Amino acid sequence: MTLELKGLLDWVYTIVSGIVASLGLPEIIRDVALMLLVIAALIGFLMIMALFLIWWERKVSAHIQDRLGPMMTGWHGWIQTVADALKLLQKEDIVVGTADRKVHFWAPVVVFTACLAAFAVIPFGKGLIPTDINIGILYIFAITSFTVISLLMAGWGSNNKFALLGGMRTAAQIISYEVPLTLSVMGVILMAGTLSMVGFVESQGPYFWKWYIWPQLAGFAIYITAATAELNRTPFDLPEAEQELVAGFNIEYSGMKFAMFFLAEFLNMFMVAAVATTLFLGGWQPPLPGLAFVPSYIWFLGKSLFLVFVIMWFKWTYPRLRVDHLMGFAWKVLLPLAFLNIFLTALGVYIF
Amino acid sequence: MSTLEIEKTQAQDEFIINVGPQHPSTHGVLRLILRMKGEFIKDLKPDVGFLHRAIEKIAENRTYAQFMPFTDRIDYCASMPCNLAWVTAVEKLAKIEVPERAQYLRVIMTELNRIASHLIWLGTMSLDLGAFTPFLYAFRERERILDLFEMTCGQRLTYNYMRIGGVSQEPPQEFYPKCKEFTQYFRKKVDDYEALLTYNPIFLSRTKDVAILPIDVGLNYGASGPTLRASGHDWDLRKIHPYSSYDKFDFKAPLGTKGDVWDRYIVRIQEMRQCCNIVDQAVEGLPEGPIKAKVPAVFKPKGEVFARIEAPRGEMGYYIIADGTTKPYRVKIRTASFAHVQLLKYLAVDWKIADLVAIFGSLDIVLPEVDR
Repeated sequence: MTLELKGLLDWVYTIVSGIVASLGLPEIIRDVALMLLVIAALIGFLMIMALFLIWWERKVSAHIQDRLGPMMTGWHGWIQTVADALKLLQKEDIVVGTADRKVHFWAPVVVFTACLAAFAVIPFGKGLIPTDINIGILYIFAITSFTVISLLMAGWGSNNKFALLGGMRTAAQIISYEVPLTLSVMGVILMAGTLSMVGFVESQGPYFWKWYIWPQLAGFAIYITAATAELNRTPFDLPEAEQELVAGFNIEYSGMKFAMFFLAEFLNMFMVAAVATTLFLGGWQPPLPGLAFVPSYIWFLGKSLFLVFVIMWFKWTYPRLRVDHLMGFAWKVLLPLAFLNIFLTALGVYIF
Repeated sequence: MSTLEIEKTQAQDEFIINVGPQHPSTHGVLRLILRMKGEFIKDLKPDVGFLHRAIEKIAENRTYAQFMPFTDRIDYCASMPCNLAWVTAVEKLAKIEVPERAQYLRVIMTELNRIASHLIWLGTMSLDLGAFTPFLYAFRERERILDLFEMTCGQRLTYNYMRIGGVSQEPPQEFYPKCKEFTQYFRKKVDDYEALLTYNPIFLSRTKDVAILPIDVGLNYGASGPTLRASGHDWDLRKIHPYSSYDKFDFKAPLGTKGDVWDRYIVRIQEMRQCCNIVDQAVEGLPEGPIKAKVPAVFKPKGEVFARIEAPRGEMGYYIIADGTTKPYRVKIRTASFAHVQLLKYLAVDWKIADLVAIFGSLDIVLPEVDR
């Protein structure tokens, strides 16, 4: 298993603890240093991931729409998003005069922080988890709820009618869809008997017929639907419905603040796919034990990126729902289905 | 116009928003003042005139032939029908007989342009409903039509192809096979659009039973074309007052049943198929002969005339008063979009802002045609 990153992690651990011990510093320094290293590595990975996803979205949409997308900068335009990010960094930060400056400033910060914090419990590979807390899935749902506050802050702080309409739509939509989203994973929790993210992965095992997607197909479908709504992506992209609200909550944002909303959107998409992979698709486990020569993080990334692709596919195929249909769908269709799913799962778990 | 008028009626829990003139879904520069109660539209006022170019006034200072390029600019999505309406009016005024070959060529060009115009409508309407992909598909097919036009007259948007008494030039020989190839290819593409949209549950929920236009209201507001036919009123000038030998072609004018957004959508989709039939028939039955009647270089008609044709958006007509000089005394242009903009208030009030863009898209309004 030379390709697994566990050896590298052990090596880093030995080096850091060696340095700390040789300097005669207390153990807490070692822990903090290790933690900072992990955070730096994670943020570095996520930034590259976000840039990659933006490029990928452009490519996916382009090929669905019979065009090429970015082609000029680098091989198939792979460096285009870096160029765009650099451009946004140089932009002047414009704040409208009537805006609530503090709220306007903190909104992108909150959305970005919440988005990054949620990755703390994602198992990227075998032994590759920033921290395995025993209520991992609960932590994720708690942290991602911050999004609604930040988007509402953005809508309110901008002091723009379109932004406010967008912010209010977001609040209503995300709060509504949070319910079926949380309930949809309840089936998996019942079957696995744990709340820890590593626990979910290990209870599924390296056999694709043992993954929870098969007994929990309804739960998976509800999860993906509700998650798409949480992400404010088509067909649920009402908060930023361009043709109705121009840009929704981020209408008054420019430069790096806008980029933060944008990056957070893509990272959230990856996060949702990563959680779905962990819960329903066996996480970093290969589909068959014989395929374990491919490193676990490759399996994890492959599955997650496939789900990301599916979510992108939705976006470039479907029209947009209307506000009242959206709410009706959450409360009248998804919620009863989720309850039914929980009931049947509980029955199944009790019988077997 | 100020927002004051609409503000007077504003209640405590309502607010005014301005949609446009710079807004992604106003298809140009239209300003709508909305009085909103939450997501609901309580009152609406279109503010037109941002694209006013005084084309009717310009007509008074140009000879009949010189005005031709200006008609292109009235509706840049469908220049050929604008050309056709003007030549039809002038020919009626000066009593000019048009050779049959020219009439057929006019039909081919007008119908191809009708498809191109409907493609822009389809793209922008699906874009308004949040479906991005049909927009690019529609423009891909439109490109082929523009190639055909470029082959014929060298222009891709403002063609200036028709002449009083005929058309400006013969299309090249390879035009006709290309034309047939296109109609065959395009019929399949219409199936693609329908697969993406027509019975998509989200699309249905956004369009079915939304903003129903009864026939009598439509007639009172002066609606015409596909918008009125979607309500079930069988009124197609190509059938009722055939011009340019439309009576020789076999085609249907598709009708809707109740006049909601979906009906307006499906009528236009079916119309695109009918256009293909007409183009095929015209290419096959194209008679030999001259493409332009002998028209004197300077002619001085006298009298009043109104001629109208079925443009992609509805009836387009020119009312000309000629005083016996080389220039018209007065020209009044009747365009369908102008009548349809008035419909917006009737249709959109008490619907949500999300429906407004669907309704606006389904009416197929082109702003230069409204303002002229």
